[in-house]
Amino acid sequence: MVAKFDLNDDSVVVIIGTGAGGGVLANELAQKGVKVVALEAGGRYLPEDYVNDEWDSFAQLAWLDARTTSGSWRVAKDFAGLPAWIVKAVGGTTTHWAGASIRFQDHEWKALTTYGAVEGANLLDWPIDAAEMAPWYDKAETKLGVTRTGDRAGLPGNNNYLVFEKGAKALGYKEVHTGRMAINSSDYDGRMACQQTGFCFQGCKWGAKWSAAYTDIPAGEATGNLEVRERAHVARILHNEAGKVTGVEYFDAEGNLQMQKARIVCVAGNSFESPRLLLNSASSMFPDGLANSSGMVGKNYMRHTTGSVYAIFDKPVRMWRGTTMAGIIQDEARHDPSRGFVGGYELETLSLGLPFMAAFLNPGGWGRGFTTALDHYENMAGMWIVGEDMPQLQNGVTLSDAKDQFGLPVANVHFDDHPNDVAMRNHAYKQGMAVYEAVGATRAFPTPPYPSTHNLGTNRMSAEAKDGVCNKWGQTHDIANLFISDGSQFTTGAAENPTLTIVALAIRQADHIAREMSAGNI
Amino acid sequence: MTKHDLRGLTRRQLLSRSLSAAGALAVTGAGFIAAPNAAWAVEVTTITPEQMATLLQMARDIYPHDQVADRFYAVAVRGYDSEEQKDFVAEGVAALDAAAQAAGFDSYVAAGWEEDRVKLLQSIETTPFFQTIRAGLVTGLYNQKEVWPIFGYQGESFSEGGYIDRGFNDIDWL
Repeated sequence: MVAKFDLNDDSVVVIIGTGAGGGVLANELAQKGVKVVALEAGGRYLPEDYVNDEWDSFAQLAWLDARTTSGSWRVAKDFAGLPAWIVKAVGGTTTHWAGASIRFQDHEWKALTTYGAVEGANLLDWPIDAAEMAPWYDKAETKLGVTRTGDRAGLPGNNNYLVFEKGAKALGYKEVHTGRMAINSSDYDGRMACQQTGFCFQGCKWGAKWSAAYTDIPAGEATGNLEVRERAHVARILHNEAGKVTGVEYFDAEGNLQMQKARIVCVAGNSFESPRLLLNSASSMFPDGLANSSGMVGKNYMRHTTGSVYAIFDKPVRMWRGTTMAGIIQDEARHDPSRGFVGGYELETLSLGLPFMAAFLNPGGWGRGFTTALDHYENMAGMWIVGEDMPQLQNGVTLSDAKDQFGLPVANVHFDDHPNDVAMRNHAYKQGMAVYEAVGATRAFPTPPYPSTHNLGTNRMSAEAKDGVCNKWGQTHDIANLFISDGSQFTTGAAENPTLTIVALAIRQADHIAREMSAGNI
Repeated sequence: MTKHDLRGLTRRQLLSRSLSAAGALAVTGAGFIAAPNAAWAVEVTTITPEQMATLLQMARDIYPHDQVADRFYAVAVRGYDSEEQKDFVAEGVAALDAAAQAAGFDSYVAAGWEEDRVKLLQSIETTPFFQTIRAGLVTGLYNQKEVWPIFGYQGESFSEGGYIDRGFNDIDWL
């Protein structure tokens, strides 16, 4: 029995966004008996709705509301209105994600201590550490059914992986396998095993990949404690004279402005929309936006140091067949400043279909240098670089002069690479190309970063209120009943794909919120 | 062409004219552009056949794939034959032809070698005309499902049960 709560019910927890953070938090709270209204800007799409077609799927799932960009990153030139490739739908970007689920390395929770101060970077230690997070990671891995954790077997390697593995081993890399993936290697949690279909990015039509859209969301709804309102676009968070949040204003599916009262508000709209919402909620009491006494709302945006390496061989690879990202080299994830940069990076298999390869291999490229690469699409193998980038004060989200369909200022996303990011990317390009050259690649391509999929840090967690937006629970320093529940709370980015950590933090935050509610503290 | 007209033409211009006459794209009459072997044809209603031929040649020169037939490129650019795009196309083609004439060719399509035409395109690379045509081709050409098999790409696979029994790990040369 799906719940339906009254707009004037001020006992509910309102969660804004239903992805890895918000969707999991909503279910976890509902399981504990907490009443939740989850407001989701997008519609609801399930496996039967997903399409094995890159552009059609993009049109179905991607967040295409206006955004603007600035800074020296190439995305601002090639994809000026599309700084991120993330999803607007129930379940958020967990429909689109590739499933890579790896824990932070212990030292990555202490980036400032481990790396020391880095000029131009705004590094900070997380107020939590590996020991604190270990049990929450355990729960997250069980929830997601992560392969190579618990007693779950790894996925079999596809063609793209087999090329990658052979090259990696020829170079002497040791930590090479088909990844820890939230994609079932055998039936798990009522969902079937991976059928090696490809199209992981387009939503898994088998449900073999974990997505909040068809796991946590319906599980939460089944408790009778969770109401998900689709196509509900939050405009502003409201507060009272005591400085506590009291509810949210949102545009419903018909475009009418509604107001939902709340006991607690949790923001989980991703690292662009979450700070944008806090900034758009400025009031006479909070003229710089909510929870922004530190001035850190929207700052320190991180997107991982990324890039891809594609290579052509003299024989077919057919990289698009099978699980998109089931392949990883972890040897370079260590912190080893002798390479010329702090932090580390992962190399993970990746493939794009022909339509997206044409769009992303070398955006803006044309002529035979470009087309002779695509001519050998069938003989191509590919990998993606995921490395820790430096938080920088000037990178982030501010309110743009442009307005969205509701007349609200949109997010402007500014990004400049830090020299550490550039050094790391160049190292990774070189190593990635060496992997393929070791298997006989005839040509390799260091492909520039795509629109961001890992968006982190714009409401960061900090021990001291002056350094960040929220505390170790994701609770904002300034407003006790306002929480940050998505990747924007990341203090630093680490080298790993962030979803597992977002999920672990959401499970932990649900525990904290329920406990504090019971204690009458919030 | 009279003898008088020929005066001042370079050898390259003469060569480019003859090559152009032998080219694959033929303006066959009012309102049509067609392949010499009649394998395909594009009807134009608002822009001129010559303008459509220019767009087709641009498409081939921007994303040249010798194994991809003209008809796929024609599909990718035929949308420019519209009332809204008419002036945009006319002005863009005129500018490109002006660049060609400044370089000693009769027109852009009259430059016989791809290398020469690419230089002309590079000279207008930053213009909205070039950028629009190029960006449109990324989806207009590569998102045609009929084009995918030419590159070996298999497209949709769910209805076939994925690749679990269809070669996801069938690489045999490693």
